Amino acid sequence: MSRYNFALPQFSRRFIPIWRRNFMVWKKMAGSSVLGHLADPVIYMLGLGYGLGGMLPQIGGTSYIAFLAGGTVCYSTMNSASFEALYSGFARMHEQRTWEAILNTPVTLDDIVFSEIVWAASKSLLSGLAVLLVIWLLGLSHSPLSLWIIPLAFLVGLCFASIGLIVTALAPSYDYFMYYFTLAITPMVLLCGVFFPVDRLPTMLQNVSSVLPLTHAIDLARPLLTNHVPPGFMLHISVLLGYALFGFYVSLVLFRRRLSQ
Amino acid sequence: MNAILSAHNLRKSYGDQVVVDGLDLSIRRGECFGLLGPNGAGKTTTLRLMLGLIAPDSGELQLLDHAVPQQARAARVRVGVVPQIDNLDPDFTVAENLLVYGRYFGISDAVINARMPELLEFANLTNKRDVKVPTLSGGMKRRLTLARALVNDPEVIFLDEPTTGLDPQARHLIWQRLRELTARGKTLLLTTHFMDEAERLCHRLAVMDNGRIISTGSPRELIAQNIEPQVVEVFGEQAATWAQDHAARLAQRFEVSGESVFCYVTDAQPLLKELQQHPELRYLHRPANLEDVFLKLTGREMRE
Repeated sequence: MSRYNFALPQFSRRFIPIWRRNFMVWKKMAGSSVLGHLADPVIYMLGLGYGLGGMLPQIGGTSYIAFLAGGTVCYSTMNSASFEALYSGFARMHEQRTWEAILNTPVTLDDIVFSEIVWAASKSLLSGLAVLLVIWLLGLSHSPLSLWIIPLAFLVGLCFASIGLIVTALAPSYDYFMYYFTLAITPMVLLCGVFFPVDRLPTMLQNVSSVLPLTHAIDLARPLLTNHVPPGFMLHISVLLGYALFGFYVSLVLFRRRLSQ
Repeated sequence: MNAILSAHNLRKSYGDQVVVDGLDLSIRRGECFGLLGPNGAGKTTTLRLMLGLIAPDSGELQLLDHAVPQQARAARVRVGVVPQIDNLDPDFTVAENLLVYGRYFGISDAVINARMPELLEFANLTNKRDVKVPTLSGGMKRRLTLARALVNDPEVIFLDEPTTGLDPQARHLIWQRLRELTARGKTLLLTTHFMDEAERLCHRLAVMDNGRIISTGSPRELIAQNIEPQVVEVFGEQAATWAQDHAARLAQRFEVSGESVFCYVTDAQPLLKELQQHPELRYLHRPANLEDVFLKLTGREMRE
């Protein structure tokens, strides 16, 4: 592998026109997109929250549905960034050759990968906003601190977009993404405290959970919805940022290798 | 400085496979330069090297006074590219494709929109302005790709097999547009394996094979330097047998390919007279062309 592949990323403002391009495409199907952001988390939250929640005692002083809200907002933002980075990213890189067209202009691959991450995080932001709105409308949170969910959604987006792009960079086809969703995303949803507190898990699984990014996202979101400053928030933010930087660099190296073939 | 692009001893390998093997090339301002070669000769890799999209293993490369790949970004500001495979944005209309692409060069929307009518006119797409890309024909897509390559008013335009897959009408329209571009002083670098395209459009050509340039010159020079001026093609079941007896004697050189024999001669008269004795053979007498040169230099075997 050439030494060029390992160079540190160079940032430029040329990532902005790519973001605008994606936004232009998104605007054309904004209706179905917003519906997708809303329908899935709302159905989960209402179904499990009222259905299952009706049989459960309070968790940490809140109703089950309010407990679930903090998990849902993170899980939903994780999903939007992941789908965008994997399926849509792969379409732009491989299927439609959009990246190839862009690379013939003064824009570089570093700009493209960075714009993919920022764009996927923007979609997370939107998805987080949508869920937050539902939480407010259902009266599940009256916390002014819940506004911090908005930047958190963007950060969770950066994190999962970056990790997701590593998978995109390695994928021979769309089928490959099934592995990532089955082996990484689904376990994360079940181990990181979306549906039940992590301390209910055996110690070994708790240890696994403590290094997964979704755990740290939820540890931030849940207190914010009940108007508490999250304990250890610097650590949680650092972990999410760390994953984002790691994913950005590794995916960039892999994309450089892939596209120089 | 007259050379708009110069490459010196450029090399690029993928694993054990040498794709570009010591390439030297110089392209002058305002010329249309053709890079010819069979599939796999290294043409597309050469273009990618020149744009700084991949780094050479060794060698030097200058594009518009910028060292490539180090300053490729600055060079690409003044370059337009028509890729071999369409990569227009399928979600956008014709006009949106131009607008979005112009932004990648850092051009303001106002400037792009001001340039838009001229670009659409050039591509014969004025009345398709608000049509989405998937509904365009192959020829229209190519023209839009060409217009897109002009959105930054480039000095040099790279075209990778610009007419592959087009019908003759669409091809002729593209040729006409490319000639207009050279008339306006643009420098064109195109790859092709259509010899008639190269012969019509290019001031100078380089024939490339196995990653090397094996001959350079104007179309006429290439023909004059590499091949006898006259060709007699002979067809028929008996052609091969006839060739052993007569072509060997009457032609400077001949090649048998299936039931056809290609005789290369300086003076065709004795050969034609001989052929009149053989009514079972059909024949065609014509001046030598680039395709003859190409086949002589790169061989008749299939490249797959």
